[in-house]
Amino acid sequence: MTAPTREQVAQHPADDEIEPFSTWTGRARRWMLTKLPPDKLLPESQPSYVASWIYVFGMGAIASLAVVIASGLVLSLNGPSWWHVSGLGHFVNSTHLWSVEFFFLFMVVHLWGKFWMAAWRGGRVLTWITGVLSFAVGIAAAFTGYLLQSNFESQWISFEAKDALNAAGIGAWFNVANLGQMFTWHIVLLPLGVAAIVAFHVILVRMHGVVPPLDAAESDSQLAHVKEASE
Amino acid sequence: MVPLLALAAQDGGTVYLGWGAFTIQLGNFLVIAAMVVLFVLALVLPFPKGRKRS
Amino acid sequence: MSTTKPARRENPMSWRTGTGIAGRPWKGAVREYDLFKELTIGLVAAILLVLAASALFGSPDDKAVSLKSWAVAQPADFVATATAELAGTSDTAGYGPPYNSTPGATQTLGPIDLQTLAGVKLPIDTAQAFVLGPLSSLPTPPSGVATWKAASADQRTAWTDAYAQAIDKAKNHDPADVAAGDYGPVPAMMRTLTTMATQGSLDSVISAQGKFYNLDYTPAILFMGDGAYLNDLAAGLHLSGDQWGMMNETGNYPGQSWLWLFSFFYQIEPFASLPNADIVVVVLVAVLTLALMLVPFIPGLRSIPRVIPIHRLVWRDYYRRR
Repeated sequence: MTAPTREQVAQHPADDEIEPFSTWTGRARRWMLTKLPPDKLLPESQPSYVASWIYVFGMGAIASLAVVIASGLVLSLNGPSWWHVSGLGHFVNSTHLWSVEFFFLFMVVHLWGKFWMAAWRGGRVLTWITGVLSFAVGIAAAFTGYLLQSNFESQWISFEAKDALNAAGIGAWFNVANLGQMFTWHIVLLPLGVAAIVAFHVILVRMHGVVPPLDAAESDSQLAHVKEASE
Repeated sequence: MVPLLALAAQDGGTVYLGWGAFTIQLGNFLVIAAMVVLFVLALVLPFPKGRKRS
Repeated sequence: MSTTKPARRENPMSWRTGTGIAGRPWKGAVREYDLFKELTIGLVAAILLVLAASALFGSPDDKAVSLKSWAVAQPADFVATATAELAGTSDTAGYGPPYNSTPGATQTLGPIDLQTLAGVKLPIDTAQAFVLGPLSSLPTPPSGVATWKAASADQRTAWTDAYAQAIDKAKNHDPADVAAGDYGPVPAMMRTLTTMATQGSLDSVISAQGKFYNLDYTPAILFMGDGAYLNDLAAGLHLSGDQWGMMNETGNYPGQSWLWLFSFFYQIEPFASLPNADIVVVVLVAVLTLALMLVPFIPGLRSIPRVIPIHRLVWRDYYRRR
């Protein structure tokens, strides 16, 4: 039900009593298991206050991201011209576009919800920061995608975007008119970035737990008596 | 497409809604409207009660 | 020895862990939760939604334009632009870094000039890249190229200035209709260049940049963007910066609605008419994004959820059963 305390982890007969950790690996494992023991990482329960539809949007964003990556994989494996000449290719391109729209749709609703719940409370500030970071990196990833469409939009967007990047001094290294460069950013670096930040974000949520209600008090019935959720 | 609110412009099938300098293309408007609608619904729709744990 | 201190009042909206319930693991009532089942349902729902939207709406694909389509559709604009490239008066020729080093062309923020700091890392000599180079690549380069190269800088400027003005005055800006005058080899070079363009070979020459493999479309994009053709096509599709173009998609498809804030600043004064609008907007949006990231640290902002209690809807069940 609730996460084991540090004492409980230390009392686990397997490791600490048999030998003190002397290796980096051992110490890292102990640290990881203390911060995020398996039943906290993959729980079978959650606090009773997690009972609102607002909570499904984070999951929705991740599910959409999975579809984005899968459809993107198919598109990139077939090369950038495929979708112009193949009906199936065009359909996969459509799935890529719509999964991206849903990704941002769910993520924005998730952000709104988390703001109004002040979800950074109780030391969850890094969760908030990584969330905004996934939004920002996601925007960059989506932007580079448009450059790979190899159609009029790619031409126009690269022509316009170059100005902001050149003004910021990075236009030569992030050359939006260079298809080869943009391919690397869009199908390798930025997806890895988004995935890594999102994974870290989810791990933080699992570590800290879902933020309790504002003004929750020890006298609340949900805390005063630990009981099963009733019908 | 069905004009909603103030139809600001219609360029060969593409619909733009808006007021003066602020125009929004129909697709974007629908996506943003969907965000707002889903947010409100998520707040007001009742959530199923939890399962009793055996 | 006194061991008591007046308790420091903790701000419940702060980012700190604090001693409150929010900072401690939840010891209260729980409900069953199946993470993997929820993930699976979410994934299936997302797949179904995406497949439905794709089947119902598809996605847009406006065909790319080319130097060929440009020269065919708007030969006058093509010639006027090519003349400007030859003369070094086009937007690209006067852009500054990373394409060349035109003094005073960069966007600065007071003393900060990031554009110049970056240096000329993508050098483009517009006359050579867009006119002289392609013409020289022909099996029999026109004699005008040699004439041009032998002429002095002043002579070249005289020719191109005169020709540009003549095109401006001609009926429909048609190069075939220009008044007689001393334009040197320029009209002949432009005629040959236009033929190259309409036949498609100019696209190959400029895109290839003398290489077999080339994925860098910078020269072609810059050349096209210097004319009215590309810009007019975009404006017709409401994709220009001052039409919320950054956010828009062609047709009724949703675009990048999440770029609304970036796009917004280009619609309003004073940003819209600033010569350094791009760097100003970039910095502004970066600052605002950073502010969003740091909301938990910002007093006032972080207390808004407390003042406007939307959370009472989220947790109404909890509050009701306290």
